[in-house]
Amino acid sequence: MEEKVLMDTGNSNIKTVGFWQSPWFNPKLIIGSILLLSVFLISNIGPIFWDKDMALVGSSPTNVVPLWVTEKPSGLLKDADPAHPLGTESNGRDMLAVLLVGTPRTLRIGLIGAGIGMLVGIILGFTAGLMGGWVDYVISTLCDTMVSMPGLAVLVVIAAYIPQMEVNNLAMIMAIFAWPLPARSIRAQILSMRERDFIKLALISGSSKIDIMFREIMPNLLPYLAASFVVTVSGVILASTGVETLGLGPTRIPTLGTTINGALRATAMFRGMWWWWGPPIVVLVIIFVGLFLINVGLDEIANPRLRGLKS
Amino acid sequence: MKGLTKEYVLKRLGMLILTVWLGATIIFIIPRLAPGDPVEGMIGKMAITGTHIENSEEMIEAWRARFGLDKPILVQYFRYLYNTFTFNQGFSLSSFPATVDSMISRSLPWTIGLLTTATLISFILGNLIGALMAWRGTPKLVKAALPISLIFTSIPAFMLGILMIYLFAINRDWLPYAGGFDRGLTVGWNWQYISSVLKHSVLPALSVILVTIGSWALRMRGMMITTDGEDFMILAKAKGLSPWRIFWAYGVRNAILPQITALGVTLGTIAGGFVVVETVFAYPGLGYLLFEAILNSDYTVIQGIVFYIIFAVALAIFIVDLTYPLIDPRITYKKG
Repeated sequence: MEEKVLMDTGNSNIKTVGFWQSPWFNPKLIIGSILLLSVFLISNIGPIFWDKDMALVGSSPTNVVPLWVTEKPSGLLKDADPAHPLGTESNGRDMLAVLLVGTPRTLRIGLIGAGIGMLVGIILGFTAGLMGGWVDYVISTLCDTMVSMPGLAVLVVIAAYIPQMEVNNLAMIMAIFAWPLPARSIRAQILSMRERDFIKLALISGSSKIDIMFREIMPNLLPYLAASFVVTVSGVILASTGVETLGLGPTRIPTLGTTINGALRATAMFRGMWWWWGPPIVVLVIIFVGLFLINVGLDEIANPRLRGLKS
Repeated sequence: MKGLTKEYVLKRLGMLILTVWLGATIIFIIPRLAPGDPVEGMIGKMAITGTHIENSEEMIEAWRARFGLDKPILVQYFRYLYNTFTFNQGFSLSSFPATVDSMISRSLPWTIGLLTTATLISFILGNLIGALMAWRGTPKLVKAALPISLIFTSIPAFMLGILMIYLFAINRDWLPYAGGFDRGLTVGWNWQYISSVLKHSVLPALSVILVTIGSWALRMRGMMITTDGEDFMILAKAKGLSPWRIFWAYGVRNAILPQITALGVTLGTIAGGFVVVETVFAYPGLGYLLFEAILNSDYTVIQGIVFYIIFAVALAIFIVDLTYPLIDPRITYKKG
């Protein structure tokens, strides 16, 4: 088994930790990563084997039940068809194609929105934490006001004014409310880190502020940044599916949220068409649970105390 | 009331006004960033989506006059702020004679009632579960069962809502799937009406509670573990106090303080998410009104609702902030 030196205490008492005891070998982190990775891979490899154009309106027969359904919930629905294994909905979209097209689009909104949000959050968080004074005051007051605003509601107003919603627009809009939380937590981390001895030592030894920022603070902040990014992605996907479910998402090419909106508007629940609203929800739940597990795992890595009481 | 200093209250009041003002300003700016004049934009989009508008010519004129669109933008802005802060949001576009404020005041009690109850239940239960998860004295069996309450964490409330409608309202006829009360009942303090309201609120409330309970529990668990390492806990044990007393008066009492701050921070998110939950359940609150307004491209109602949601959340945070110094006397020493 691989052995790693984790900590040199300065004398002969060297603490060694086995591979399986490494904090990065965290079951929550690993399961979460596997969940997300499989959603990502399936939705990106799938289109090679399946016709993506069947996600468009009118490309398939309407109201076909999934393959394994033998008892139709209502007489108005069509019999199962091997050409549409997950069935089709009332606008003539093939559900398998909808999932394969919608999932990467939903993930993309999350990644772009959270990416921009994190970038702004890192810049503002670092500026506030390192500069202090009135700059810090202005930035943190702005963050506090933004955080206390019901983001989703404001995003709805913004989205309502955009005539032709596309994935990139939506991601950009989502970024408006994605930065305050990361900025706040990064600022708090930097404030607590500034007081630590190794930063003081670097200051005394004459390193420049930029040097300290990138070589001393950044590496120590990585687990927090990663956890913060994961939370932001989750928040952006949550907000964007919310906006889409309200009927303000991209309409021509579906995402997971617009599919749920379509199902709600066509009262799919009362017509027994669970394969319309069910699969997008299942995929979204896998994404959210995956992100959540990764976040909890990263948290446990960053705060060893959370790993449980072993005393 | 010793903990509440004048400075603290004024500072919080400042935050309240700042938030509401910033929200109102965002709502003012967005339509003006869109190409063309906002009234034309509204009517144009309504025409595209095929919404029928009665007396559209008169409406355009009336709207131009109300916005004062011929005036400089600053005049428009101050006029808008004056109207907003005097709670005069004008008329609805889709159901014209009705004013935005009258429509909102009909929906507001539903949202506030259900959301407050659900948030409080979730906060209390979540913190209790989290505290018990971290506590050494919790029976093993209970400790093993507690994490079950966390399974719905991280799932959006409205998705859980859809699932529960399917399971408990359509598949099994246990609870109603939509609305705030049964039709044909006399609204008032009679048992039939109240029980109907309660029955209709079970599923929407449950979807909010089950989804939010886990994050309270997880954070509380972390806080309890930290508190458990403090010296005063060791002292309490050494003094031979009862475990019950140590748990409540020493552990929970201290660990819950950051949670109350967190309650203020998450209120906005919960309220935003609740908008979609109401839509799914066709619950007669602000969220469903917003959904209908979006369907009808009723921009004045959309803006009005969002302003009131921002206002209500800011007010709630203000109240939470004011109770905080009463619970944590240390807070008053932090000045500036």
